[in-house]
Amino acid sequence: MATGLRAVSKTASTTAAGTAIATDQIAASVRDLTKRFGDRMVLDRLSLDIKAGEFVAMIGRSGSGKSTLLRALAGLDREVSGSITVAEPVAVAFQEPRLVPWKRVLDNVTLGLRASDPTRVATDALDEVGLTERISAWPLTLSGGEAQRVSLARALVRSPSLLLLDEPFSALDALTTISMHRLVLQLWERHRPAVLLVTHDVDEALALADRVLVLGEGQIAYSAAVDVPRPRDRNHPTLNALRLRLLSELGVRLDDTDELI
Amino acid sequence: MATRAVIPSISIDFILFAADHWLTRFTTEEVAVSVQVLSRSATRDAPAAANRVGGRAARFLPGRGWLRLISLLALVGLWQLLSMTGVLPTARLGSPVTMAHTAYTLVTTDSPTYGTLQASLLVSAERWGIGLSIGVAIAVALAVASGLSRIGEYTFDPVLNACRSVPLLGLLPLFIVWFGIGNMPKILIVVLGALFPMYVNTFAGIRGVDPKLGELGQVLGLSRWELVRHIVLPGSLPSALTGLRLSVVGSLLALVVGEQINANAGIGFMITTAQEFLANNIIVVCLIVYAILGLLADGAVRVVERRALAWRRDFAQ
Repeated sequence: MATGLRAVSKTASTTAAGTAIATDQIAASVRDLTKRFGDRMVLDRLSLDIKAGEFVAMIGRSGSGKSTLLRALAGLDREVSGSITVAEPVAVAFQEPRLVPWKRVLDNVTLGLRASDPTRVATDALDEVGLTERISAWPLTLSGGEAQRVSLARALVRSPSLLLLDEPFSALDALTTISMHRLVLQLWERHRPAVLLVTHDVDEALALADRVLVLGEGQIAYSAAVDVPRPRDRNHPTLNALRLRLLSELGVRLDDTDELI
Repeated sequence: MATRAVIPSISIDFILFAADHWLTRFTTEEVAVSVQVLSRSATRDAPAAANRVGGRAARFLPGRGWLRLISLLALVGLWQLLSMTGVLPTARLGSPVTMAHTAYTLVTTDSPTYGTLQASLLVSAERWGIGLSIGVAIAVALAVASGLSRIGEYTFDPVLNACRSVPLLGLLPLFIVWFGIGNMPKILIVVLGALFPMYVNTFAGIRGVDPKLGELGQVLGLSRWELVRHIVLPGSLPSALTGLRLSVVGSLLALVVGEQINANAGIGFMITTAQEFLANNIIVVCLIVYAILGLLADGAVRVVERRALAWRRDFAQ
């Protein structure tokens, strides 16, 4: 039924004209992506473009197909129809950090890395996420935040054009989450990959993204640019208005949200 | 008179029961739970071993350390006491001191009937070592083949599972008919004793590797070989090492039975000969030698486990 048609083409690092500015390039292009589980359409002819260097957050209720879309972009789900074009390399940070428990932190970062000097690249990346002193630790000895930072470093060393973040902070405590938000923004500003952050947290999306998408009924139900300079004040009037709008798009009745305002 | 006759038989029953109970604990609880216990016991031992002079020896003891040795020594002490007080008739079971003396004599005198204990031990150890190595090697090869591919699984797994249900020790008469009374049938039975537990656990270990790590490998662009080398095989190691410990026990059992039939050398031969001469003490000494062999091999696997699974040990710290 659902035949796998997945067109992954590598976009050339230099365009034919050679003058195109980064924002004109497309990091991911999705057309008519459809995925069904039995009778249920999880994704229904969804189309989406992510520009190079753009930070996109996608929110949606549980089961809205956020993770399905991300897995399709990562190439982990080939049972979809439609077309997907992504600029490689693509890197993923999962909800659980998915560190290989029998490899020390450094070896987790260098795993599968095709660089001329993997150790140096990995050491630099771990330095960037502030884990220099944990470089030879076993993953099971790390805290949740540390493990997630290793996972980010592992994604980062691949110099991704597209970085997929699948609710990477949802298992962390509030304080760790705040520092992780800062770290992600720092890394994004320094390396400028396009980012697709899947989250269920409206505030997280508003704090980080250039553009927030709401997934509903298997399609992009709502899309809004977040035109507030970073670092953002949570109570910025634009963000407050957008928050209410996003919550109502998610189907949260406004009188339920009194305490959020 | 009546009471005196009753007491010894009751006490022998009790001791046999206790011994049996102890053995059961050793084989089932100790081996099966080993993986879970490993991390816990290792934490306790590792710092102790580092701080203490003689820590090296402590590391070779089973998990609960010196406490286990104490209970064992207490049992030997009780045995000695029961022998000395006559509760345990020495005609049936000699005292520990007698056993030590018997062992000493067996080691120092080359008797025409038995030879020396160490010569017999060498013969048995050789059979066991060769059989265990071959069995484990075949098991790992088959488990990797059927663990990594459907074709391999459909080819080997049903056959191995069918063979596994054949009573191993019942095959011995057939092996003797086929291969004569030399070392061949004895080594073969040891091979089979080692093969099945190793295969089953290694296969389960390979198949039990977290599929999320497989996805990770895909996302990181690992080749198939890299996936096997970095994810699948290391991930199956905890289960494979449990299999190795069960193999050590299984192959030792196969050895004991295998070399008691039609043997002309080895510990098993000493036992059958001693049985003809009603030399109970020699039988017991031989059984103790088997037990020591088993403990040493088990300890060796534990050492390997602690080194190979260091990533778990640190987790517990």
